[in-house]
Amino acid sequence: MSDARAVSENVKIPEQSSPPEPPDALLKVEGLVKHFPIRKGLLRRETGAVQAVDGLTFDVRPGETLGVVGESGCGKSTMGRLITRLLEPTGGKIEFQGHDITHLGVGAMRPLRRDVQMIFQDPYSSLNPRHTIGTIVSAPFRLQGITPEGGVKKEVQQLLELVGLNPEHYNRYPHEFSGGQRQRIGIARALALKPKLVVADEPVSALDVSIQAQVVNLLDDLQDELGLTYVIIAHDLSVIRHVSDRIAVMYLGKIVELADRASLYESPMHPYTKALLSAVPIPDPRRRGVRSERILLTGDVPSPISPPSGCRFHTRCWKATELCKEQEPPLIALAAGRQVACHHPENAADQAPGDPAPASAGEAAGSAPGPSGEAAGSAPESEGGAGK
Amino acid sequence: MSNPDKTGAAQSGPAAPEAPEAPLSGLVPGEVAEAGSAAPSAFLEVRDLRVHFPTDDGLVKSVDGLSFQLEKGRTLGIVGESGSGKSVTSLGIMGLHTAGQYGRRKARISGEVWLDGKELLTADPDEVRRLGGRYMAMIFQDPLSALHPYYTIGRQIVEAYRVHHDVDKKTARKRAVEMLDRVGIPQPDKRVDSYPHEFSGGMRQRAMIAMSLVNNPELLIADEPTTALDVTVQAQILDLIRDLQKEFGSAVIVITHDLGVVAELADDILVMYGGRCVERGPAEKVFYEPQHPYTWGLLGSMPRIDRDQTERLIPVKGSPPSLINIPDGCAFNPRCPYADVPDGDRTRTVRPELRPVGERHFSACHMAQEERTRIWTEEIAPKL
Amino acid sequence: MRGARTAAGPRTVLAYVIRRLFAVAMMLMVVTLTTFVIFFVLPKWAGSDPAYLFAGKQTDPAAIEGIRQKLGLADPVLVQFWNFVQGLFVGREYANGADVTNCPAPCFGYSFRTEQDVWPQLTEAIPVTLSLAAGACLLWVVGGVAAGVVSALRRGTLWDRTAMTVALAGVSLPIYFTGLLSLAVFSYQLDWISGEYAPLEEDFAQWFQTLVLPWITLAFLYAAMYARLTRATMLEIMGEDYIRTARAKGLTERVVIGRHAMRSTWTPVLTLLGLDLGALLGGAVLTESTYNLPGLGRLAIESISAKDLPVILGVTLFAALFICIANLLVDLLYAVVDPRVRIG
Repeated sequence: MSDARAVSENVKIPEQSSPPEPPDALLKVEGLVKHFPIRKGLLRRETGAVQAVDGLTFDVRPGETLGVVGESGCGKSTMGRLITRLLEPTGGKIEFQGHDITHLGVGAMRPLRRDVQMIFQDPYSSLNPRHTIGTIVSAPFRLQGITPEGGVKKEVQQLLELVGLNPEHYNRYPHEFSGGQRQRIGIARALALKPKLVVADEPVSALDVSIQAQVVNLLDDLQDELGLTYVIIAHDLSVIRHVSDRIAVMYLGKIVELADRASLYESPMHPYTKALLSAVPIPDPRRRGVRSERILLTGDVPSPISPPSGCRFHTRCWKATELCKEQEPPLIALAAGRQVACHHPENAADQAPGDPAPASAGEAAGSAPGPSGEAAGSAPESEGGAGK
Repeated sequence: MSNPDKTGAAQSGPAAPEAPEAPLSGLVPGEVAEAGSAAPSAFLEVRDLRVHFPTDDGLVKSVDGLSFQLEKGRTLGIVGESGSGKSVTSLGIMGLHTAGQYGRRKARISGEVWLDGKELLTADPDEVRRLGGRYMAMIFQDPLSALHPYYTIGRQIVEAYRVHHDVDKKTARKRAVEMLDRVGIPQPDKRVDSYPHEFSGGMRQRAMIAMSLVNNPELLIADEPTTALDVTVQAQILDLIRDLQKEFGSAVIVITHDLGVVAELADDILVMYGGRCVERGPAEKVFYEPQHPYTWGLLGSMPRIDRDQTERLIPVKGSPPSLINIPDGCAFNPRCPYADVPDGDRTRTVRPELRPVGERHFSACHMAQEERTRIWTEEIAPKL
Repeated sequence: MRGARTAAGPRTVLAYVIRRLFAVAMMLMVVTLTTFVIFFVLPKWAGSDPAYLFAGKQTDPAAIEGIRQKLGLADPVLVQFWNFVQGLFVGREYANGADVTNCPAPCFGYSFRTEQDVWPQLTEAIPVTLSLAAGACLLWVVGGVAAGVVSALRRGTLWDRTAMTVALAGVSLPIYFTGLLSLAVFSYQLDWISGEYAPLEEDFAQWFQTLVLPWITLAFLYAAMYARLTRATMLEIMGEDYIRTARAKGLTERVVIGRHAMRSTWTPVLTLLGLDLGALLGGAVLTESTYNLPGLGRLAIESISAKDLPVILGVTLFAALFICIANLLVDLLYAVVDPRVRIG
């Protein structure tokens, strides 16, 4: 890590051109860690840490959309802020176009900000209410000291048109727009400098269904038109299925499964992925009776302050064994284009066939270091077909 | 205002059910519900409910003529986007529309709400209050803000029980523990003394449900009960609501923007747009033979978890209307791709009435039914 | 953070209090040093000699030299400061040859002008200020909160507007106006109130009689602020979801307001109250001067006009101590009132 730091300080990022060797991944993340310290006691000693992100390794390929899903507290938003370097990583390495950007300072990141942009969830609080749309969307030009061809105003109006807003609304204020329109403004701002990578954190979750579809389609069109690469972070598995090429499923700061869309949704390998997918209510009243597929996870996600030992999912997993409690499963490729971190995956060969029989549910729950208090007594079991 | 405000009338007027007073100004003639003063046979019947909030910018018509019935043991899903009036409807039924969100002026409410043969809007407010919590209860969207942060869960449940039951604290507490146990909170005898912030989101919603059900209400209104929750927890809560309904046999209204939640829970669906009902019918009909362009829009906008859909979504153009300036004619006409299909200018001038299109299935659209069926089966359904 | 909810145990609270007390001590140290510099160092730079100030009207150089020796004003500043701090804890002696004055701990200094230790002057003034503050506080909390609640519940009515206008007047009118006006009417015109302040334990009637007007005047000023705060808080709380829940349970409006809304309204009121009381205990300067009450505020004013530096230093330190302690108490109280606040 100290090596990485030394290198990054010496490397000058060249002007968006000729990286040393053309990498096959636009963004490469290795062992990314972010811990938020907790201080307690008389002397404010560091007594622990919220392990928000704890060792992520993945690539983002040029032109693809990587979807990141997980429940609240799984670290997906922290991950988004780390790869856009809005947060300083505790450990690991982030490479963008072959350059180590893990510990770049604000100044050194500035040229990179052209290439990496972020879209935020809340279209209400992410726009300054005292600035006009023109000022908001042209801010990136001012910050980077760029004067686009034809002048800033013309460029901004083109951007507004690109995202489906009336260019004549240049001088209006955010409160004059609806939620969906504001999200379009946020997108226009993100696209101003023609970035290569756009990280969108819950881009549509604050929007109504009919507006959500407009924005999803817009993101789709812009990707085709501008050749963008997306990392889309969302909790809505339906949206993720619609927009992503590949999907990373996160649980308690770790990626548990990383696979292309079709295989992930059709044959999930990690039990958590399977449970997550089965939990989504299907908008089809005829399938209501068919509940045998549903896996009801009991209890809540454990605290990221003291995550369970071994596999972090073992406290809620119906397939957990002694091995799962003790040894953390590595994220390995179990099939072409599919990485899974599980000792006993679904839809694939068992990775630890000699393992003792599944620990009884009560035992698993009893020994679970469940600081949330609710994990205790939350016997993980498949309740498929229960509640008839 | 020339017309007396109905709330005021309700407070001073006789408690006996009576024919609704003259409708509020600004209503389209012919929109007045048939003056049905007779007690209906349905367990819950809402007739021409209007909830209007006077504001400095104008009259906000949050609910503008809504009617439906609901029987015990059945679940009605009210679907709509933000600002469609779905939440205000529930507050209107519960008599909670005084909530200060629209400033100091009182809401104007008219129409009829019949619960088990009793009309609520003209009844003595004190009587309606006593029905609240006992015969009709509510589950709110965000249990963290809906529970009092300074009182323990147990105390809040005990309070809900003791308003309606003359029992001592010990008995009520026993009941609270029992209810917490029933909704699946582990170690209920310990957790009963926890504060809301000490619970996780899912546990809080369970506690909220326990509190709503402590008096075995016959009508349960759940307003976005799972919107603030994670998907695995949502599945648990939906399951719980369904099981509890079977056990208690109550009538349930689920208000949500999520078509998945509605498909999971509801027997009947009511689609709201701009404070009005645009389509109402059995869940299966609404999903498989929808008869209103807005319903098509909702179905087309929704990404599907159960299909590998590479096609683009079919969004509804534009944004929902302002409830102060609801478009004339059909409220949906500025966003409707078929607004020009009916002859003349009817969609823009005449408000469409809710008309039967099948068994217990109603829709408010000017297009001929055959035309709608054709558009749905030929143009929309194949793309979904 | 979910799961991070270990209840604040007694040890955590104790550690917190110790940490805070340490901070208070540091704070007082800084205040002392600052005051010390202002009163003993700055005058020297400005060309005047503290010894002259202490000497008052005496201009005999020998006498001034004697004072300088006795009070140690010739010592380096740090030595003077050290002696002062030491005096606080173990007492000290002021000596100029045979002329020795013993100042027992806690020695806040020695007023050369009145030839008295500062500490007894302070302790004599405190009960007066305490009586004034406590009585006024009771009045303004009851009056202000009640007026605020009623205003909030009858928002926009004649009552609300009247109450808020009166409150605005209360906030705007200075004590020396309302105070003098009340004195003119009740004391000089009607002659209801007369005589000097007497301690509570000596003469209750006189104590009460001389304090009634100051209480009301002071309470009027503060009640206005509390009414406005309570009204604003109450209005916000009445729009909270949990109030809607309380109504949905079928509770009467009286219970909804009395039990659910009021409980939350107290939190900001208590916070402000703690800080106000702390500040007030340091001396209600205007009120005490106006009504001629021998409290800390009047002591401060008198010592300032007499340039009696040790007394000014003592009063300042005391006021700072009260504010620091009040802050700590408010923070502790906050955790008692609001279970979500965790100490530590």
